[in-house]
Amino acid sequence: MGWIAIRMLTGDRVKFIGLLFGVAFSTLLITQQLTIFVNLLLRGAAPVNEVSTADIWVMDPSGRTTDVTLALPSTALERVRGVPGVLWAAPLIRSGATVRTPEGDLEPVSVIGVDDATLIGLPRRMVEGSRDALAEPDAVFIDDVGSRKLFEQGGAVGTRLELNDQRAVIRGIVDADPSFTSTVILYTRYSNALNYLPGTRNRLSFVLARSAPGQDAKAVATRIERETGLRARTKPEFARDGIDYIIENTGIPINFGITVALGFIVGVAIVGLTFSLFIRDNIKQFGALKAIGVNNNEIRLMVAAQAGLVGLIGYGVGLAMAVAFVFVGAATGDAFKGFYMPWEIPVIAAVVVLVMILLTGLIALRSVLRTEPAEVFR
Amino acid sequence: MSEAIRVEGIVKEFPVGDTRIRVLHGIDVDVNSGELTYLVGESGSGKTTLISIIAGILYPTAGRVSVFGTDIYDLSDNQLVRFRLQTIGFIFQQYNLIPTLTAAENAAVPLVAAGMRRAEAVDRGRALLERLNIGDQAEKLPRQLSGGQQQRVAIARALVHEPRLVVCDEPTAALDAKSGRRVMDLLREVALASERAVIIVTHDNRIFDLADRILQMEDGRITRDGKQMPEGH
Ligand SMILES: Nc1ncnc2c1ncn2[C@@H]1O[C@H](COP(=O)(O)OP(=O)(O)O)[C@@H](O)[C@H]1O
Ligand SMILES: [Mg+2]
Repeated sequence: MGWIAIRMLTGDRVKFIGLLFGVAFSTLLITQQLTIFVNLLLRGAAPVNEVSTADIWVMDPSGRTTDVTLALPSTALERVRGVPGVLWAAPLIRSGATVRTPEGDLEPVSVIGVDDATLIGLPRRMVEGSRDALAEPDAVFIDDVGSRKLFEQGGAVGTRLELNDQRAVIRGIVDADPSFTSTVILYTRYSNALNYLPGTRNRLSFVLARSAPGQDAKAVATRIERETGLRARTKPEFARDGIDYIIENTGIPINFGITVALGFIVGVAIVGLTFSLFIRDNIKQFGALKAIGVNNNEIRLMVAAQAGLVGLIGYGVGLAMAVAFVFVGAATGDAFKGFYMPWEIPVIAAVVVLVMILLTGLIALRSVLRTEPAEVFR
Repeated sequence: MSEAIRVEGIVKEFPVGDTRIRVLHGIDVDVNSGELTYLVGESGSGKTTLISIIAGILYPTAGRVSVFGTDIYDLSDNQLVRFRLQTIGFIFQQYNLIPTLTAAENAAVPLVAAGMRRAEAVDRGRALLERLNIGDQAEKLPRQLSGGQQQRVAIARALVHEPRLVVCDEPTAALDAKSGRRVMDLLREVALASERAVIIVTHDNRIFDLADRILQMEDGRITRDGKQMPEGH
């Protein structure tokens, strides 16, 4: 009876396509929106994850994220270095500034000053130029997304900028993961950054530290806090802080949650209505089958095959479209740079589709099972 | 000619609102194999109810029905479904063909339900359509066929598994006089054999002359049993 069930459904082109559309639409909306949501959240962790070698971030006790912190006195660096279990420590400046482009436009930027000697905090991959070029006077590196934003026709390297009214020359382009705020980032040496940023006494934003081999980063961070009175977070903790900050301070989770819920509701509505329409159109035929001698278990299998087919194909189509979207988006648009689809998202979508199919299938099945075979003679 | 079906003391009541109305008032009748038996009577006299009970798709309030020796209402639900599949062929007034299956596939449905492989079942359906003179329509969908052709597909579906009892409710009601007679001729030709019984519910007086036996119902009782219809019909 399986093939009969399938033919009943697929032969009814309009409803079959309507059902596939409903499931595919839901799957697409849910996976696509969840993917954007997750990747946006992950961008909150990008500035932390980018600094690969440091496993502890030390900051002012009121600091919360890479962008929300108070500056430290420069003595903090030595104090952290003095804590047992710290292998090395390096200074890092993160600060906002303004550049004037050669065309005269003003653009807000993030200035990141990395340790002069080690360049810890500078992304490892260069798109253009070499890391050594940062040693040159007034040298800055720009992030790749930022370079395309400021220099749509290319030619960023070699360009002079006015950075907070001081001279800066772009000497290279780094391959950086975009941060949540997606401002243009200019990397420079720590000593250079001190010149660019107007002179308050405290300008050190973070001390990046590495725990000694065999030492637990969390234990070392706790020791740093105890001995310096500063706040120390392990890399995973601080990455998570960046994500939590977005969750707590933006409407993003609610907005995406609403979209995902709408995807589910609209999907259930389309699929549920179309499927019950399909069943209603075929109720006489189901009744005839029951009279002829198809038992209720076989009827259940028939409806399950119909609903299952819709779920499977619809889900496949929707997921393929979402994957294509993420793939193409990540490959072509800076807005989606680095986006990927964690495996959990298709699983979540599959569960949602399963619920949708079970819901509509069971409701439809009820009316089929309730049909008395004697009704075919009416 | 032998006894195919024995109906004893069949009573049927339907709940209507808070009360129950009695539609069949204790029916006793036998139906023979090798005969085309008509069940006739005014609309509302209980023909459909009785034939549904005989065919095992409607439980009676009281009484027994024996079909070729099996007391069908002593069977479990699943046994009864199985029994219908093996023993009874149904022809409905509305045909109730599956609109997305071809004529041959529709005709094959009882064989498929009984577990036969698709290709073989459809072949048999097609062969029977040929016997019913619509072999050339076998690959068409129901909506591409005329009413008479659809009814013949429905007949093929009722006969394809060679059931011993065939029941039809108003098989000619939707057909013109000529197609109606043609369908009845075919039924007699294909369905009737010495070990098989055919019961036809109808109030179509255009075909009364084709019956071997006519049972007339009035108000839930069989009031006449004979070869011919009385005057006035
Ligand atoms: N499911 C039902 N519920 C209530 N009354 C019914 C039901 N089925 C049939 N009846 C009543 O039983 C009577 C006989 O109906 P039916 O067997 O269909 O007659 P016929 O086929 O001779 O026209 C009618 O009065 C009808 O209204
Ligand atoms: Mg009737």
